Amino acid sequence: MNQKEERIFTIRSSPHLKDKESIPRIMYTVVISLLPPVIASIYFFGYRALAIIITSVISCLFTEGIILLIRKKPINFLWDGSAIITGVLLALTLPPSLSLDLVFIGGVIAIGIGKQAFGGLGYNIFNPALVGRAFLQTAFPVAMTTWTPTIIQKVDIATFATPLGNLKFNQAIIKGTLTPLKELFWGNVGGCIGETSAIALLIGGLILFWRKCIDWRIPAGIISTLFVFTGVFWLINPEKYASPVFHLLAGGVLLGAIFMATDMVTSPITPLGNWIYAIGIGLFIGIIRLFGGLPEGVMFSILFMNAFVPLLNQFTRPRYFGEMKK
Amino acid sequence: MLFNLRKRTFEGGIHVEDYKELTDSQPIEVLNPGEKVVIPLHQHFGAPAEPLVKKGDEVKVGQKIGEGKARFSAHVHSSVSGRVKAIDYYNHPSGQFALSVIIENDGEYTPFEEEKEIKDPFSLSPEQIIEKVKEAGIVGMGGAAFPTFIKLNPPPDKPIDTIIINGCECEPFLNADNRLMIEHPEDILRGAVLIKIATGAERIIIGIEDNKSDAIKIMESHAKDFPFTEVIPLKTKYPQGAEKNLIYALLKRQVPAGGLPFDVGVVVQNVATAKAIWEALSKGKPLYERVVTVTGQGIKEPKNLLVRVGTLLKELIDFCGGLKEDTKMIVMGGPMMGVAQWSLDVPVIKATSGIIALTYIPKDHEQPCIRCGRCAEHCPMGLIPNQLMRLTKFGEIEEADKWGILNCVECGCCGFVCPANIPLVHWIRTGKNKVSLLRKQK
Repeated sequence: MNQKEERIFTIRSSPHLKDKESIPRIMYTVVISLLPPVIASIYFFGYRALAIIITSVISCLFTEGIILLIRKKPINFLWDGSAIITGVLLALTLPPSLSLDLVFIGGVIAIGIGKQAFGGLGYNIFNPALVGRAFLQTAFPVAMTTWTPTIIQKVDIATFATPLGNLKFNQAIIKGTLTPLKELFWGNVGGCIGETSAIALLIGGLILFWRKCIDWRIPAGIISTLFVFTGVFWLINPEKYASPVFHLLAGGVLLGAIFMATDMVTSPITPLGNWIYAIGIGLFIGIIRLFGGLPEGVMFSILFMNAFVPLLNQFTRPRYFGEMKK
Repeated sequence: MLFNLRKRTFEGGIHVEDYKELTDSQPIEVLNPGEKVVIPLHQHFGAPAEPLVKKGDEVKVGQKIGEGKARFSAHVHSSVSGRVKAIDYYNHPSGQFALSVIIENDGEYTPFEEEKEIKDPFSLSPEQIIEKVKEAGIVGMGGAAFPTFIKLNPPPDKPIDTIIINGCECEPFLNADNRLMIEHPEDILRGAVLIKIATGAERIIIGIEDNKSDAIKIMESHAKDFPFTEVIPLKTKYPQGAEKNLIYALLKRQVPAGGLPFDVGVVVQNVATAKAIWEALSKGKPLYERVVTVTGQGIKEPKNLLVRVGTLLKELIDFCGGLKEDTKMIVMGGPMMGVAQWSLDVPVIKATSGIIALTYIPKDHEQPCIRCGRCAEHCPMGLIPNQLMRLTKFGEIEEADKWGILNCVECGCCGFVCPANIPLVHWIRTGKNKVSLLRKQK
């Protein structure tokens, strides 16, 4: 054997082919799918919304970078897109009037406590953006529930409320001041900057579904459960309870069901687990909205069910090929 | 026809660029080995064969040089005539060193026994067929190299109704089976009939992926002359040729976990194995040569070669114009399940379906699992690879067993789609070994 032939080739474990998919590719697909709600938020809430989104993303990247340095992890993890998603998602769940320093604090908590404290990407139990929001809501309850109308709305700012606040605290059904469904669909209503426009969220959801970045069972399970739950009460007493369609379009249900609950890391890995998880979220949203002290319950419902994910995984193992029923 | 668009297939799996065009129209060429031939005594599933010759012995083509004595083993025959130079450990395609018979080839190819026409192999009894298949050292030539005589001999309480001849060749790049079907359809079909006789089955199904339209056409036209034989085209999807998935695609029968095709009344044999059975029974020729596809972006002139077992990879590659400068990897077998080779000083064995020279190395930069679920979505065995990986990593071996880790066929779909570049198959292999060990201890 001559010298030239004696080269040693790379050895590695099979398979020796790989498709083009990668974590950054998935993450940036999610970022792209977030563009419709981002654009809608800027359209309805103006530069204020843009400022919140930019602050939140910078805060998340900054925190992620610092902690990666401290943990001596490769700094290029910063650009895998996951911190950007957390930043955008956190921003979309904040009220338009929130001061930017609070937004920044939210980002630090989201990444620092919600993600990196658990070991970074892939290891967190709770949705990081919602952890950030939960902290802000608990620490700054007044700032987090001060609502302003959209920049194209003509309403009295002093008595302004979100559609759900209006429903819960102002007897909107009896007074006949319930927000029209058409407004809820397009998004010209008060609320967190990213949750108001149903159409923008649905477009984002379609992108995610088409690119296989979400499990369809989760939004389907949440939406149908909430629909049935609120529908039953509405049929019993439409004077007191709003219609199921109103409940789906108002508040953060679509944002939560499409973008938050579907977070791959914090949702179950089994099909049955995903159904139980989604139905649980839908039920808790309905219970909090109809009987709880808060007008809205999406955030707590998702965080609550996040906690059950390891348990759900363990007890919902699917039947594998050739497994016989015992 | 519209209703024909939905081809039979299984759940899960992946669509891979198949690179078959490199060699699909290259006729099979004969390549004889050089002066040194290395015949490992372990070329099959089960225990190694024991050597029957010693240093200095003269051997002839087709002479039995290794005897498979254990229940799961196979005989090994010389592929050349000449003198035994040594019986020693030599590089083996598995990456280890294996006891091999190293023969100095005299280039005469003197047969051990004159080929004798057996008048009517079809009149043999099942026992005779099985005995001759065993004597010829035939093993599954699709890659797993399971001793064929065992597969032809189901336990009496498991009646066989269907023989499936596997012409899927779902691994990208490979064309060895495809070319055999195009060039030797009669031999394959006759071999299939012998398998049918041996097992007492009623019918023969030849399953071929629909990307091999020439092979389908040729096999169909020849199958007409054989009763109870039909060719069924299957959707081109990896791993369509995996035994359990193929049975499911064709018959919608699920082989029970841990079970064998016997359990659902089926015997599956690869097309090359069927041909080997015909040659063994009609001419008394043991299994000492096979078709190997030498291909990949790193090979200058990709070809399909009829090669004698024991020929060194270097000779195959030189015959195909040599390697391009940018070749990074050599894989024996298909790119999805094949074994990477560190050297070209490795012999062809009975299970070598291809030699692939790759000019790139897939990204190995591993990231944490984000539980995207792509691995589970594509797993043809309905497993959740990321969970199996995690359970193995954390030493939860009993739990891994419960999640079905032993059902993994190591097809590589999970690793192919994993966006985090996690070597899932590697982890699962580790886990399977640990589970087997644990089961043994109990």
